[in-house]
Amino acid sequence: MNQPPARSHPSADRPSPHFGSRAVSARRGGVHRTSLRRGRWLGYLFILPALAFYLLFVIRPILLTFQYSMYDWNGVTKATWVGFNNYLKVFADPTLYGPVLNAFELIIFFSFIPIVLGLVTAATVRRIAESRLAGLARTIVFIPQVIPLVAAGIIWSWLLASNGLVNQLLSAIGLGGITKAWLGDFGTALPAVGMIGAWVQLGLCTLLLLAGMSKIDASLYEAARLDGAGPLREFFSITLPSLRQEIVVCVTVTVIAALSSFDIIYISTQGGPGNATLVPGLQIFYLAFSENRVGLASALAVTLMVLVLAVVLPIQLLTKEEKA
Amino acid sequence: MTHNLARKRTALVALAASGAFLVNACSAPGTTTESTPQASTQTSSSVQMTCGTDNITMKGYFETGFPLPKALTDEFTKQYPNVTWDIREDQFAVITQNALRVLADDPPDLMRLPSIQQAAKAGVLLNLDEYATAYGWDKWPASQLEQLRVNSAGARGDGSLYAQGLNYSLTGIFYNKELAAKIGMTEAPKTLAELDDALAKAKAAGITGIAQFNGGATGGLAFPLQNLMAAYGETAPINDWIFQKSGATINTDSNLKAVQHLQQWIKAGYFADDVNSLDYAAMMSRFTSGKSLFIFDGDWESGNFDKTMAGKVGFFLMPPLEAGGKQAAMSAPLTFGVSAKAAHPACAAFFLNWVATNETARKITVEVGGSHPMGAQDAYMPEVDANTVTGQTLAAGTKIGVDNGGMDFIANATSSIYPKSWTPNLQKLVAGEVEPDALLKSVQTDYESQIKG
Repeated sequence: MNQPPARSHPSADRPSPHFGSRAVSARRGGVHRTSLRRGRWLGYLFILPALAFYLLFVIRPILLTFQYSMYDWNGVTKATWVGFNNYLKVFADPTLYGPVLNAFELIIFFSFIPIVLGLVTAATVRRIAESRLAGLARTIVFIPQVIPLVAAGIIWSWLLASNGLVNQLLSAIGLGGITKAWLGDFGTALPAVGMIGAWVQLGLCTLLLLAGMSKIDASLYEAARLDGAGPLREFFSITLPSLRQEIVVCVTVTVIAALSSFDIIYISTQGGPGNATLVPGLQIFYLAFSENRVGLASALAVTLMVLVLAVVLPIQLLTKEEKA
Repeated sequence: MTHNLARKRTALVALAASGAFLVNACSAPGTTTESTPQASTQTSSSVQMTCGTDNITMKGYFETGFPLPKALTDEFTKQYPNVTWDIREDQFAVITQNALRVLADDPPDLMRLPSIQQAAKAGVLLNLDEYATAYGWDKWPASQLEQLRVNSAGARGDGSLYAQGLNYSLTGIFYNKELAAKIGMTEAPKTLAELDDALAKAKAAGITGIAQFNGGATGGLAFPLQNLMAAYGETAPINDWIFQKSGATINTDSNLKAVQHLQQWIKAGYFADDVNSLDYAAMMSRFTSGKSLFIFDGDWESGNFDKTMAGKVGFFLMPPLEAGGKQAAMSAPLTFGVSAKAAHPACAAFFLNWVATNETARKITVEVGGSHPMGAQDAYMPEVDANTVTGQTLAAGTKIGVDNGGMDFIANATSSIYPKSWTPNLQKLVAGEVEPDALLKSVQTDYESQIKG
């Protein structure tokens, strides 16, 4: 019962299909060697366009950012080499590392809430899978994912304004006493932008989890029911363990979104009030484009990248161990 | 074996090539060498003072949402048909973020500029000294152009001229006449105490005193704050601080009194209670829909108020401590510069001079822009109805000229002092998270570290 059902994951039951292993088997066989080798080069040829774009638009900017982080540069005139000084500044200045703490707080809203709510939503939608309502529910939940983040930011800054819909609803149900300008209050600004993030991420998580759920063998549920399990027991003993892969994907994607958040915050609060919602992405932008300190901005960007990797990679390793 | 080696070699070459392509041979980024601003060595006689007779296309880079520059360039083409304009427009924030790079890589002949200090220092902005001498701009009231000068030490306020204005704007207090009548305010307050009194009466009548914007990265409480600073103290030390004169400090006794006064207004509830989430557009919509007695704003809205709220809006300068005392206001040229690499710098200078001297141009400047044209004191001024907001702001400009009370904006001291220091600190002041003395100390610390870089 605890064993997750067999999954059709490629790496689980056969060697991973990268080119190295294919070459080995080809050499071992010795038959059709030439044609296989040609096939191998042909393979490279197929990935070439994608590889070129990847090198040009992903790897090259990363390397250049690292290079810039070694200089004191305003973006236009000749730069001066400063070595790792920019990195020392990043770790010494609280206005530079402070935003990182805000970003970690955002993980609660960008990751934890959407995944928990996503599980509940997906389980509910699955229960009503036969009805027309399910399709509608899926669409509604997924819409935030389709809307550009900038638009989401604008919509929510209206909703959360002091005379916005949120406060109007609160007043209508007699909670007029707690209404406030949610994005302009030191105590509520970060949770408020966090909720915008939760709203956006919920659709992605729900859809991923729903897809995962549809792959669970229905006979497992049947067996559980025969053993007398209720819906809750089914959820915790079958659904949840079966969704480990999907949950890890959700955690990875949403944690990255939280740590490198920019769009929503830039539109709704610009880091205010009083730096309460300042995140590293925004700080990098301000350093590079309003203060023209490209070197320092690059150093913070590299630090952020390492930080994201440091948080996300262990999550990946964890699942691999679990699988073994 | 040979085959393998050849393959390895190909791979190595490919790797090396892609490596070089990836890191650009690892040389230091940047092209031009940083130059300290230098006085021009050419004499004025060598300067071309026309746009010539050949057909030319001037490249302009203007701010979206402000019709004045376009109105002026259209009129210019009417008068000089051989000159046409290729104009690109962007939001002010976008211009701010791209100014240096645009001036260096895609040089416009005429560009709306946020601040000139860095661009002048980087050597991407044309030194206008020789044109200033040739056209006699140096004979205009010195205060008009001092904000556009950068000296050899990189400080603003004196030295070479690096930009011109299409007009110069003036800030003060706009009030809603209907709301003012409700609280018995029949004329503009003459002293700070009278202004306090009006605010108290509005509060008692349930009217929002000042729906000032202070949300996001735009701390609009800097407007009333600087006005209070000038009411409690002199304008010269404030300008010195903005221009980065050595030893200048914002942390003075009179400024402390100003911040304390602002804090009293906050504590008394004279500002809208959601002031920390209001942006400029929200402030304008509250004021024009009659939900705010006062706003601190500039004369760039005069024409707008005359159109949309004709007869319902009044304007006054920040009242002094004592009746009849000197008054001050933030006043800044609508700054336009020429790229050091511009294709038609002489025509750009000719245009700037035309804006300040041509009668039609000055008329457009007042009617479309709502602000005072640049130029000599005795230059032509179009007739304006004194009862309109435009009329009132122009008259206020004259008073500021007489009192020598023009100041640059404290938000312009460094490129990031506004979003990174004034704004968060003023938002904290509203939330009660910082006290006046700590606010000034914090801003001064940020200022010093930003200048140091």
